[in-house]
Amino acid sequence: MGDRSVLVELGDEISPQVNRRVREFSIALMESPIEGIVEIVPAYRSFLIIYDPLKLTLATIKSRMEDLQKKIKEIEIPEPKTLEVPVIYGGKYGPDMEWVADYHKMGVEEVIRLHTGTTYQVYMIGFMPGFPYMGELPQGLGTPRRETPRTVIPQGSVAIAQRQTGIYPVESPGGWQILGRTPLKLFNPLHSPPALLEMGDLVKFVSIGEAEFKQWQS
Amino acid sequence: MAVVEAIEVLSPGPLTTLQDVGRFGYARYGVPPSGALDTFSLRAANVLVGNNENEACLEITMFGLRIRALRDVAIAVTGGDLRPFLNDTPLSMWTSLILKKGDTLSFKGLKDGCRSYLAIGGGLFLDEILGSRSTNLSSGFGGLEGRLLRKGDVLSSNSPHLHLKAKGRCYPQDLIPRYRKQWHLRIIFGPQNDQFTQEGKNTLLNSPYQVRHQSDRTGIRLSGPLIERMPEVQESIISEGVISGAIQVPGDGQPIIILVEIVTGGYRKIATVITADLALLGQMKPGDMVTFEEISLNDAYETLQEMEERIKGFKKKISINA
Repeated sequence: MGDRSVLVELGDEISPQVNRRVREFSIALMESPIEGIVEIVPAYRSFLIIYDPLKLTLATIKSRMEDLQKKIKEIEIPEPKTLEVPVIYGGKYGPDMEWVADYHKMGVEEVIRLHTGTTYQVYMIGFMPGFPYMGELPQGLGTPRRETPRTVIPQGSVAIAQRQTGIYPVESPGGWQILGRTPLKLFNPLHSPPALLEMGDLVKFVSIGEAEFKQWQS
Repeated sequence: MAVVEAIEVLSPGPLTTLQDVGRFGYARYGVPPSGALDTFSLRAANVLVGNNENEACLEITMFGLRIRALRDVAIAVTGGDLRPFLNDTPLSMWTSLILKKGDTLSFKGLKDGCRSYLAIGGGLFLDEILGSRSTNLSSGFGGLEGRLLRKGDVLSSNSPHLHLKAKGRCYPQDLIPRYRKQWHLRIIFGPQNDQFTQEGKNTLLNSPYQVRHQSDRTGIRLSGPLIERMPEVQESIISEGVISGAIQVPGDGQPIIILVEIVTGGYRKIATVITADLALLGQMKPGDMVTFEEISLNDAYETLQEMEERIKGFKKKISINA
């Protein structure tokens, strides 16, 4: 892309397998960094290498990627971490819960059961600092985005759109359907790393009540 | 090192933030670079007052900032011409000068370009967050408490008295960009250019586009002839990393040039503005017209290298004279 980045594509679909390969390659590249690489941005099926064109040429990066491709099987990649994310579902914390339940002609309890019943893979952190795009929602819970996006979504809102689920790290506008809220802080610029989740991590939601939510917050 | 109060904000204007060259290395956590939109002008302002090129400056958008010096400080104003005045007199841009204690500096309104950069000799004393002093407004960190400047804010500097000798330096005339209402940007096609029709690509190269009012530090929205995509491809793509200068085309066929506040996007990109022309993006304002020209990767590198050599040449010259 342009004269200072190259997009490395490892597949053309959203799938846990393709995404795992993206994770392997980007970690392998980060562990043996090349002088002049400014950023590596892993996403669903690709990663973007941003470089300083005054320090590094495209040819050097390309040959490095070819080396890496040959050696990738021998490089030890750490296992992704698994995190339990507590969520208070519905009510004022999940203003779209009723709509989603009606849309699928099921009860709120069933929506919660489905949402907490799957382990999700973080496909990408993007859109805003710390926002995890996670998949894949069970078939029965795939839901379109809101027709009218909300102008204000509170920090920690847990939401779904199509076959994905995500968490809003700070208050922002957005169009996803909000099911609940987590007391966890997804992004803190003073921490290292600044985001609670990294691309490739595994996430399981756990339903909590009001008392426990307040406890987490204090 | 002595940190002292340098200037006080009397009136902030609609959008004045503190920015350096940007925040890098955290895109994989969704953290965008932020930073000055016109890094060329930011670097020039810093060089003029004897700072490191990367010091934070005030980025003033369109008009309205008014400050008062709390002590004698060296300053330089670069970038777009927002009609800066020192007390009641027009101030020379691209030149270092001294603000005496009690002097006021005000930006009366837009003449050329869109953003001015004000450097203080000694830089601005701010916490570095994730490796940068740049303000990230949407997540609220960096700069001064992650927010716009306000009336009454006091900005401090490191030993500004050591920079008072840096006065009367002028940036070479031939290095100062000319800001017009018509812009010409050089691009390299890709990464999804093959998902546009030949006609779509020709449209981009042969049509003038106008900068829309809904433009901000996230992106410059353009309006003009529709850029046609291949009939079989969908409106959006699977989201991926993006860089500033990338030209994305959403479903409505109207291009958006991505700027510095996002790291991922789900629209296909037809082309990317070359690095040497990125600084110009910070000076384009609503109503301006823009045309695009394709150049080769090699020409893009050569253009960038030439530009950097000239900046280096000027830095060398002033360090000999200092």
